[in-house]
Amino acid sequence: MRVGIIGIGHGVFGRRSDATVQELAFEAFRAAIQDAGLQPGDVDASVIGAVPEYHKQRSLAGVVQEYLGLLPRPTWLTEAACASGSAAIRSGWLAIRAGVHDVVAVIGCQKMTELDTSEILALMGRVGEVQWESGFGTTFPAYYAMLARRHMHEFGTTKDQLAAVAVKNHHYGARNPYALFRKEITVEKARQSDPVATPFHVYDCCANADGAACVILASEERARELSASPVWLSGMGCATASMSVLRRASLVGLPSAVTAASEAYDMAGVDAADIKVAEVHDCFTIAEILAYEDLGFCPRGEGGPFVAEGRTYIGGDLPVNVDGGLKAKGHPIGATGVSMTYEIVKQLRGAAEDRQVPGADVGLTHNVGGIGQYCFVQILTRD
Amino acid sequence: MFKWFGLVNFVPYTKVDGFAEHLRDGRIMGSRCRGCGAVTFPPRSDCSACLDGNFEFIEYSGRSTLQTYTRIEAAPTGFENHAPYIVGVVDLEEGGRALAWFGDTVREEDIEIDMDLQLVPRMSEEEEAIRVYYSLERPGTQWVKTLGSA
Repeated sequence: MRVGIIGIGHGVFGRRSDATVQELAFEAFRAAIQDAGLQPGDVDASVIGAVPEYHKQRSLAGVVQEYLGLLPRPTWLTEAACASGSAAIRSGWLAIRAGVHDVVAVIGCQKMTELDTSEILALMGRVGEVQWESGFGTTFPAYYAMLARRHMHEFGTTKDQLAAVAVKNHHYGARNPYALFRKEITVEKARQSDPVATPFHVYDCCANADGAACVILASEERARELSASPVWLSGMGCATASMSVLRRASLVGLPSAVTAASEAYDMAGVDAADIKVAEVHDCFTIAEILAYEDLGFCPRGEGGPFVAEGRTYIGGDLPVNVDGGLKAKGHPIGATGVSMTYEIVKQLRGAAEDRQVPGADVGLTHNVGGIGQYCFVQILTRD
Repeated sequence: MFKWFGLVNFVPYTKVDGFAEHLRDGRIMGSRCRGCGAVTFPPRSDCSACLDGNFEFIEYSGRSTLQTYTRIEAAPTGFENHAPYIVGVVDLEEGGRALAWFGDTVREEDIEIDMDLQLVPRMSEEEEAIRVYYSLERPGTQWVKTLGSA
């Protein structure tokens, strides 16, 4: 049984000092319900994608469910680090496929700026494996920086090619009203920004943000009743890799992404050449280059030239992150996966306006948790 | 006494806590499963291949090659006064990998991926608190009992 997406909603990403996390969730939910032409009472259950340790409020799902007015219907939280949003979509998809629920609201929401700097710096020191790695002061950028360094060594990837990812994503972020950063940058500006963990500068890294996004899922039968143009979750891949980079056979890709992509392509009956538009997890510039290779958009090692030659812009071989990606939109970690699906639905509906990819009929999302510990790949199609 | 391990320790208790005592005495230990013989580094008590829960420590030579590295400029809590510092990941000759800081015997400008390195035990005693860790050094670098005054 297929599962369709019949409504989408998105809030503004950024430093949202004006709102609580449930208020952010409400913005996205209201927009999605209105987009679907439903009433809250039409929703059978909700799944909340969020990472709990950023919020003062514990056990967030119930709080959001109450604020959305969905009591007493069931809700639950999914957590898969930065892929919590896609984990929530998968969880809703499973519930519908199981025949338990017909209409499920999936809400990714995150308020990352509730923590003060000292709390963020403490959390930042525990992103890796705490037993063997965190005792050496590793950080999230440091792990991806080490993947970048290895990629540069094996394939000759350059810092200009890394910067090209940031330049492209800022180009599209400047055209996305929901993005945190709405300004273009240059390779020179990116290269001159402060160092974070070599070879990364500030512009190689996405920014923490607050925000929410929502998609309404429905069983195939209900989707056809309720929507004239549902977008289908046609391929759903999911895989896990070791928490520690010490136990990865190779550091020039994310093994979870390769496995998840293969599963999603098989389920949808498509391959990389069929994808017309993609949203990939560019938490750091190298991560987008690894994604091209892990997803089969280009051969292993050729991701650097692939972006630098402009092939992932609209008009190129395969437009990627034409909403600005994590880099320019900001990365509210629970919301990001849902935001990716939002954008692909918009593209497949032909409703992305000046960022529309012509002929977009098959799209892909690639949402990574941690340093590739989790990866969720979705293939979306339309009738 | 696994609470000794690391410049900051988050995990004081583990079934492989003898690792820290060995490190204090100048030995870097991996583990070998008594059931199927699988060797791992970092050590682990439970074998995911054969599910056996019995293991023994085996000594590693420390000989290794550099897989990748980074110089961390923006440091987390507990490391503010150390930044910048260089972290590397090495492939160990006996199998497995280690993540550690570069020590004083390797100059930053000499660091190259795939270079040979020696993983060397390190220990410091400050105000009765023991800290044990290891660092990435030039091949042939010998273990010294304590850093600073003994």
